[in-house]
This record gives sequence, structure tokens and C-alpha cells, in this order.
Amino acid sequence: MSKYILKRVVLMIPTLLGAGILVFFLMRLIPGDICELRYVATGFAVDQEQIDICRKNIGIDRPVIIQFADFMFGFFTFDPGPSMWTDKPVMEEIGLRFQLSLQVAIMATIVATIIAIPLGAISAIKQDTWLDYAVRLFSIAGIAIPSFWLGIMIILGLLIITQEVTGIPWMPPIQYKPIWEDPIHNLSQLIWPAVATGYRYSAVATRMTRSALLEVLREDYIRTARAKGLIEKVVINRHALKNAMLPVVTIIGIEFAFLMGGLVVTEQVFNLNGLGKLFVDSVTNHDYTMVQSLVMLVVLIFVVVNFLIDLCYAWLDPRIRYS
Amino acid sequence: MLKSTGRLALAAAVGFGLAAGAGAADAQTPKKGGILTYVVASDLPSFDAHQETTFGVIHPLAPMYSLLIRVNPANPADPTDFECDLCVGSVPEPTDGGKKYTFKIRKGVKFHDGTPLTAHDVKATYQKIIFPPEGIPSTRKAFYRAVDNIEVPDDETVVFNLKFPSAAFIPAMASPFNFVYSKKDLDEHGLEWHKKNVNGSGPFKFVQYQPGAFVEGVRNEDFYMEGRPYLDGFRSIIAPKMAVRLQAIRGDRAAIEFRGFPPKARDDLVKALGDQITVQESDWNCVLLSTPNQESKPFDDKRIRQALTLATDRWGGSEYLSQIAIVKTVGGVVFPNHPLAATKEELHKLKGFYPDMKKSQDEAKALLAEAGHPALKVNFSNRGVDQPYKIVGTWLVDQWRRVGIEASQRVQPSGPFYDTLRKKKDFDVSIDFNCQSVINPIADISKFLGSAGSNYANFEDKELEDIYAKLEREADQTKLRELIRQFETRALSDEANGIVTLWWYKINPHRSYVKGWKIAPSHYLGQQLDTVWLDK
Repeated sequence: MSKYILKRVVLMIPTLLGAGILVFFLMRLIPGDICELRYVATGFAVDQEQIDICRKNIGIDRPVIIQFADFMFGFFTFDPGPSMWTDKPVMEEIGLRFQLSLQVAIMATIVATIIAIPLGAISAIKQDTWLDYAVRLFSIAGIAIPSFWLGIMIILGLLIITQEVTGIPWMPPIQYKPIWEDPIHNLSQLIWPAVATGYRYSAVATRMTRSALLEVLREDYIRTARAKGLIEKVVINRHALKNAMLPVVTIIGIEFAFLMGGLVVTEQVFNLNGLGKLFVDSVTNHDYTMVQSLVMLVVLIFVVVNFLIDLCYAWLDPRIRYS
Repeated sequence: MLKSTGRLALAAAVGFGLAAGAGAADAQTPKKGGILTYVVASDLPSFDAHQETTFGVIHPLAPMYSLLIRVNPANPADPTDFECDLCVGSVPEPTDGGKKYTFKIRKGVKFHDGTPLTAHDVKATYQKIIFPPEGIPSTRKAFYRAVDNIEVPDDETVVFNLKFPSAAFIPAMASPFNFVYSKKDLDEHGLEWHKKNVNGSGPFKFVQYQPGAFVEGVRNEDFYMEGRPYLDGFRSIIAPKMAVRLQAIRGDRAAIEFRGFPPKARDDLVKALGDQITVQESDWNCVLLSTPNQESKPFDDKRIRQALTLATDRWGGSEYLSQIAIVKTVGGVVFPNHPLAATKEELHKLKGFYPDMKKSQDEAKALLAEAGHPALKVNFSNRGVDQPYKIVGTWLVDQWRRVGIEASQRVQPSGPFYDTLRKKKDFDVSIDFNCQSVINPIADISKFLGSAGSNYANFEDKELEDIYAKLEREADQTKLRELIRQFETRALSDEANGIVTLWWYKINPHRSYVKGWKIAPSHYLGQQLDTVWLDK
């Protein structure tokens, strides 16, 4: 087992490096310049001298190969350097946003899991009944509806309904406070994006749960369990669900990893200062060091989550553990 | 003689009137207390206003700093009304033939760390702005070309000596980006220290900044303007999406946003909240231009450029575009409400500003035919921002179509757009804009010069340069006005190097309990918040 873990850890390095190199060159192919964006895009008449000073201070006036050497050095010393836009350490900027993104991802996962597994199971057990159709309609809607649109509707709905009912329009807070500082403020802000993204997330997991469980319910051992006289509840919970969870765990894991850096539009809708927003701002501003670091972070998250999923497989399925 | 009932009624009426009058006066008396929460569309790249150009720096940090002089926050609509902030008395008149400005600095002012503020700090600040050492950026250095040196004869006096008299000097000095820094900080920590640190002398003290999230300030109890500020503090929340800012005001998560909203957003807020919303509107010191690239044929032919401007129905556009976009006023090169701006009658004489649009379009077609391009194709570059670029850009395409010009609009995000505009220059006509803070006509109109770093038309016009050189040194307002008219006529009409479309229009709906903030013709002005109070 330890050999397996070590092998997976070692394999992370070329994956991360490959992603970093790819984004390094891709970013530099996009036309535009961080210094021009900073000084010219606001409409002021700025001397070329100021832009050249900016380029020199940031280091983008150097040949690309020198910049690449810098990047490689930073990679192997775990020091990506400062953000080109703010001049603050990249890790510090990311660290500030990581907590919020992690909380939203966890909350969305909880929402999704609470919805998906029971609904998926009900839909499979009651296949081709009105319950099954209702759940399928619910999950198709979740896949079809963009989560950012749902977020906008949630906010507008809250404003309109609260104004109608109480006369005072209410919307979720737009400024983040950590949960230990003010749990009510924190939850009243983050529950809505968690529901908006969790719904879409649950839709995918519901359908996966349903199809996986349907397949398992046709297995011989399930027939045996029923033949032994076990009640249906025990058959489903003890024998069927566990075996159906393998693909569901995969989906949940992949979606979780996506939530960590991929909620670009949802974060903007709810004004969340998360990794997705940082990503958008960094790409827009041509902040190369930040984009490179964020891409590698997201890759790392995907790799780690996939690794954890593999460990989950071993726990769920003894055959994998023994092999 | 009144009967007793009449006397009683009169007494009651007088009493009621007095009470109403007193009540009205009380309603306008600023109340102390409260935290102002507002939303800002941009984050801060750094804290150093001397090198930054974004309102994302001004909105959260201006309350923490003082300026030497500023636009009068009680009368910001008047582009010539400046007042002393750190100086005493009124803004000084120049002496020595217009080449010397002497400012007396207030006594007893302190920076937030307790260091006394003197004339030496003002000098050190302006040395950094006007004469920065190599490698230190100062984005508005060019505004102070007229300054020769700065002297400090004593702790309370700072003298600016100019190379030549300049009407542009005082407006430039009132720039909201001219935060006064402590000389001690500059000497001890270097000229880059203020990028990450705040130590001002303004009405509010810095509390915290959470990158990407908010900036917080608290009242400066030692502020030098007695009784101010009224607020206990403020919180400036960063919210890049317009929908979020709008909803924040609707949901009272924020009281105000200082940059502005489009007309529809104003209407939605007013419809939802009625008199809980106050709307302030103003012309805006920003103008959208369309710039023909004279390195791309046939745009080096002035007949083609004149046709482009003649085809543009500004008077009509002002009426209907102002209903959907943040543009409105028709104007020339100078901010429309400034004394040096062209009157309507003067504008009517310029190509592209005729009151008779049919005559204008016919002239455009004739010029195109004469130039050998009756069916001209234009590669039109635009910036991928809705307000007002894409709206005005789409309108321009239609305007040109009416005279036989077929424009294909290429819309790009800001990075690639500026790459096209400044480096590749592979466009025929590009959208462009001129956005300034303090209305400073002499500085602002330099945009139209071929030699200007921010001019992308790629041309040389010595005659225009000569007119500008004269007006830059002209102190007499009547002669200055004449020279500006000459400049305007040549730039917009005779040569049509730059095509002014419409001036922007600022719309600020905000919660009615916010008092003491008056809209200025620039989103950079009036942001120190020392006059703001909450009526709740």
C-alpha cells in the first residue's frame, strides 16, 4: 500500500510540471500586456515610459526563455513568486481565497450527497413509477439549468419575495466572514451558492446512483439475499447501495475537485471572493504568475482527489483492497 | 384690525411656518455616526495612487488621505471651483507673471501615525509625482510639465515655481490621485512603500484590506476639519459584477456605488424602492471616440475621415442612446459644461455636428465618392465592454451604413483590444476613449495631438501642435477660448483626426439616507467622504 501511495505521489510531479509548462506558453500567446491593462485601459494618457518601467519591474521585458527559467526555478523551490498584478506573494493571495472555495465546495457536496443518494435510490427501486419520473425530471432540470442562472434567480427571488412579504427586500450578505467568526452570517451567505451548485452537482450524482443501483439490483447476490428472506431495506442498504457507490464516489470526487476552482461565474453572481474569481481576474489582467499557480493548484486538487477516490474504492470494494 | 379668530389663525400659521422651517433646517443638519457601506467595481492593484489610474484605488483609499487642494465637494458640478484641503484660505492666485504659486499649509495636521504634517511632506509628495527618480512610476507626471521646481521656505509654506504660466496647473494640482505622503515614510521606507502601506492624514484611518473582498476605514478623531467626518467609518466592498452592485443597493447590503449605473439599472431600482432611492445625474468627464488609423489607407485621406464624422448623427444619438447607455451629451473636445467648451452654435459649424442630418449625410456621400470610395469597407475594432463601447460601436456601424460605409466590427477583450490598438495597429477605425478626473481642458485635449502617447490615429499635424503650444501658455481666458476653438475645428472638423461621438453620462442611484455626497462629473472626484452622513 505504501509503495502504491509513493508511486502516486511521485507521478504528481510530472503532471504538475506539464500543466505549468502548458499554461506558461499558452498565456504568453494571448495578445495583451499586464502593464498596458493597468495603466492604459482606464483611459488616462500615460507615457510609454511608465509602461516600460512597469514591464521592467515585473520582469516581462526579459526574453521568454529567461522568464521560463525563472518559472522552473520557482516550481522546484515551491516559490511561484509574487503576483504580477498586486506584487503580493501568490501563495498568500491563493490562501485568502482557498478557505471560502473549500467551504462552498464542502457545502455543495453535502447538499448534493443528501439529495442524490436517497433520490437516486428511490428512483431505482421505484423504476418506471411516477416517483421515478419525478426524480428523473428533477435531475434532468438540474443538469440543464446553469448554476449561475439559478443563482441569479435565487437572489432576485429572495429580494422580490421578502419585499412582498415584509416590505423590506433581503438578499444574502455580499461580504464573507469565516464561520467561526459569525456562523449565521457565513451560512446565510454561503448556503445559496451551495444550493445553486449543489443542485446541478446532485443531478449528475442522482442519475449515476440510479443507473448504478439498477445494475446492481439485477445481480445474482441480490436475488440470493432476497431469497434468504432479508427485508428489502436491508437488501438495499447493506448489499446493493455499497456496491453501487463506486461510480457515484467517482462522480462526487470529480465534481468536488471542479468546485474548488471552477465556480467562475457562480462566484461572480454571489460576489464570493474565491479561487474562481481569482482565476478570472488573473486571466483578464494577464497575471502570468497567478494563472500558472492557480492552474497547478487545480491540477493538484484533481490529482489528490482522484487519489482519495482510489483509496475509497479500496474501502468500498474488498476485491480492490486485496489486489 | 383682525378679529380674535383671525389673530389666532395668523399666529397658528406663523407658528406652523416657523416649525416647518426649523424642521427643514434640522433635516439638513448632518448626523454623526454610522458606517457607510458601498460597493466598488474594481479591486486595488496597489495602494499607491501616484502610480495607479483606476478608481478601484480612489474609492476605498481617498478617505484616508489629504490633498493639497481639491474640487469643492459641496459644488463638484462647477469645474472651476477648487478649495484648499491641506492649505489655508483659498486656492492661491499666481504671482511673478503667473509663474509662482505659494500655498500656506494648515497647522496642527497629523498623519495617522502621529507625525506632524508640514510643507516638507507636501514637497516630498510632489517631488515623487513630478520628478520621480528613475524606475519609479508616476502616471500623471506629464500634467506637471510646466513645473520647474518646488521650494519650502518654512514649515508652513510650499512654493511651486513654473517654467511658464499655465492655466492647467491648478486643475492638475487638484488631482484626486495626489495623496499627500509623509516625507518620513518616503525617506525611511523608500518610494515603493506606499504600494502596500497606508499612512495618510485624511478623515478616515486605515483598518484593514482583504484582497478581492473589502477595505475598511474608521473615523480619524484628530481630523483637521472640525466636526468632520460625520461617519464612524466605512466599508468598501469589492463587487465586479454590475448586477451584484445593483442588487446590493436594492437589498441594502450597500448604500451607494460611486461609479454609476446604466439607465435601466436606475429605473429598476426606482421602480423597486421608490423614494428610498435618490438619483443623482451628471455629465461625465469621459468621451467616446472613434479613431481612424492614418497608417491604413485610405484613412490617411481626410475626406474619408470627414465622411465618417459627417455620417454620425450625434444630436439624434444623444436622445435615443441615452435611454440605454451611459452616454448623452453632444460636445467637442472640452467637457461640455466647462466655460471653455463650445456652445451649441459653435458646434453646429463643425463637420459632424450640423443640425441638418440629411445635409450631413449627403456631404459624407459626396466626399466618399470624390475620394474614390463610394462603398467603403471598414475594419472596426471595438472593446468587449457593454457600457458604452459595444452599444455605441454598434450604433456607429449603423450610422456609417447609411452613407454606404460597410463596417465589420471586431470586438475583443481589453487585453487583445489594446494590443491591436497600440502594437499591431491592424485596424482601420478603432473605438477609443478619453477619461480624466479633474476637468482640465488644457491637459485633457492633449489626447487629440498626434504626438500624444495616448493617440492611436498615427499621424503628425504640426499646425495642431503649434496651436496647442500656444494655448498651453495662454493665461488670458478669452484668447485661450479662441485658441481652443481653433484646435477643436482643426482636430474634429478640418482634419477629423479624432472623431468625438458622445460624452458619457453618470447616473448614481443610491439609498436616500446617504446625504452629503454630491455627484461630480468624474467618478474619481468627491471621494474623501468627510462630508457624507447617514440620515438614519
